[in-house]
Amino acid sequence: MRTVTVVGASLAGLHSVQQLRQQGFDGRIVVVGDEPHRPYDRPPLSKGFLAGRAAVDDLWLCDEDDHDELDAEWLLGVRAEQLDPATGRVRLSNGAEIDSDGVVIATGGKASRLPGTEDMRGLHTVRTIEDAIALRAELTSGAGEVVVVGAGWIGAEIASTCHEFGLHVTLVEAGDVPLSRTLGDAMGSVFAALHTDHGVSLRCGNRVGGITHVSDRNGRRVTGIWLTDGTQLPADVVVMGIGMRPATDWLAGSGLTLDNGVLCDPGCVTELPSVVAVGDVARYRTATGGTVRHEHWTNAAEQPATAIRNLLAGATVEHYRPSGYVWSDQYGVRLQVAGELGQPDEVEVVDGSPSDRRFVVAYRSGGDTVGVLAMNNPKLFTRMRKQLANRVPSP
Amino acid sequence: MIPACALTDLPPGESVRIQADVPIAVFNADGDLYAIDDTCSHQDASLSDGWLEGCFVECPLHAALFDLRTGMPSCLPAKKPVRTHVVLVHDNYVYVDTSAHERIHQPAAEPVEATASEAVA
Repeated sequence: MRTVTVVGASLAGLHSVQQLRQQGFDGRIVVVGDEPHRPYDRPPLSKGFLAGRAAVDDLWLCDEDDHDELDAEWLLGVRAEQLDPATGRVRLSNGAEIDSDGVVIATGGKASRLPGTEDMRGLHTVRTIEDAIALRAELTSGAGEVVVVGAGWIGAEIASTCHEFGLHVTLVEAGDVPLSRTLGDAMGSVFAALHTDHGVSLRCGNRVGGITHVSDRNGRRVTGIWLTDGTQLPADVVVMGIGMRPATDWLAGSGLTLDNGVLCDPGCVTELPSVVAVGDVARYRTATGGTVRHEHWTNAAEQPATAIRNLLAGATVEHYRPSGYVWSDQYGVRLQVAGELGQPDEVEVVDGSPSDRRFVVAYRSGGDTVGVLAMNNPKLFTRMRKQLANRVPSP
Repeated sequence: MIPACALTDLPPGESVRIQADVPIAVFNADGDLYAIDDTCSHQDASLSDGWLEGCFVECPLHAALFDLRTGMPSCLPAKKPVRTHVVLVHDNYVYVDTSAHERIHQPAAEPVEATASEAVA
């Protein structure tokens, strides 16, 4: 293998380059990134960076020395537009073509938007540095009413940051309880209270039924939204935290199976043994026969070790085992999650109390602890997370 | 010299956080005592809440690994070192000397054996 092309220059792409070098690959590495920036950290975009506590320079994932050490060619501000499965050739938006012996797909995705809002001012998503700068500019220049659509992790963090700016925030959630699919109803309710106790108005069981706007010579600008229960909410700013769409359009015609992500085997290897997928874009088969795709920082950081091992081996010699670690900071409270919290038999508070906002909860299945959730208790959480990681997975 | 805790309150594998000009974390790594700045050089997290393994501590937030002897990070996401401080034990009490901040890039003084009942203060 002489040339490996890493498509995507974010966390998963960077970690892929690092793993290639760490695992002894001394050939040519080309990294293609559609954003003009070198790899940066996205989690602060909805938290400290949006709030203005962190600067752009705090976001870079590696410095000049790290870059030099990795000895890769960085093609930034350029999109990959096609992958030829027969030759491994990657065609770029600037017309260049890279003949590749191995390809790492790390293209992440685009933030989902409400339909028909592409050119409407006052409507925001937060996925890139530019997104966060644009939102912060509006939040700090006289916006009074903010509506955040989606009470998942990102929506909740943005609501919290808007609250920090002293803005009146309404958080709209389609489910009856925020985060209930991830954490279950009981723990989801703890998070609902976190919002309402800080004066954020939480509207569960609601979707956006319509958007009101005004038109002037600068185009359309949002003035509010209708909820499906008929309520009209005025809004100077609307932030959409309604998920993302994996960036796979460029793989049309590659022969790879695209199904809400790039389908791969349990070792992140696609149907082409010389092509692997990592991060938000990778949908891999699990041991139980299903498929799963993660949209977390930790997954993007962890997955490349397995994917690159298999890429360099030319076969799937290792299966990916996610730690399922997620963290979030909201309203000055630190939340941490690890393992599987999906369908537990039992949820037990093992330390502290949810009402004190300092607790650790164990999620149990078949008598085993399979997941752990903590608020403001990183020490015990970390110990339990380590125990989970060392647990032999049930067959 | 800042008093940290009684030696018996810092058994092997444990850590304490003390307040100096900035918070400082003191660790007992299998009998050897180390002190470093408590706040991770990457993002806001308390290293005294971290996972201690050998003479390394793993940040509880993003798993950045720091060498307690040098303060140097050994993996991403941390890129910058944390400061190390001298630990002394006197009359079975643990003290931290924060006056020698220039030790970041070199190993701190020889680790103090936690079993020592007395040391030169």
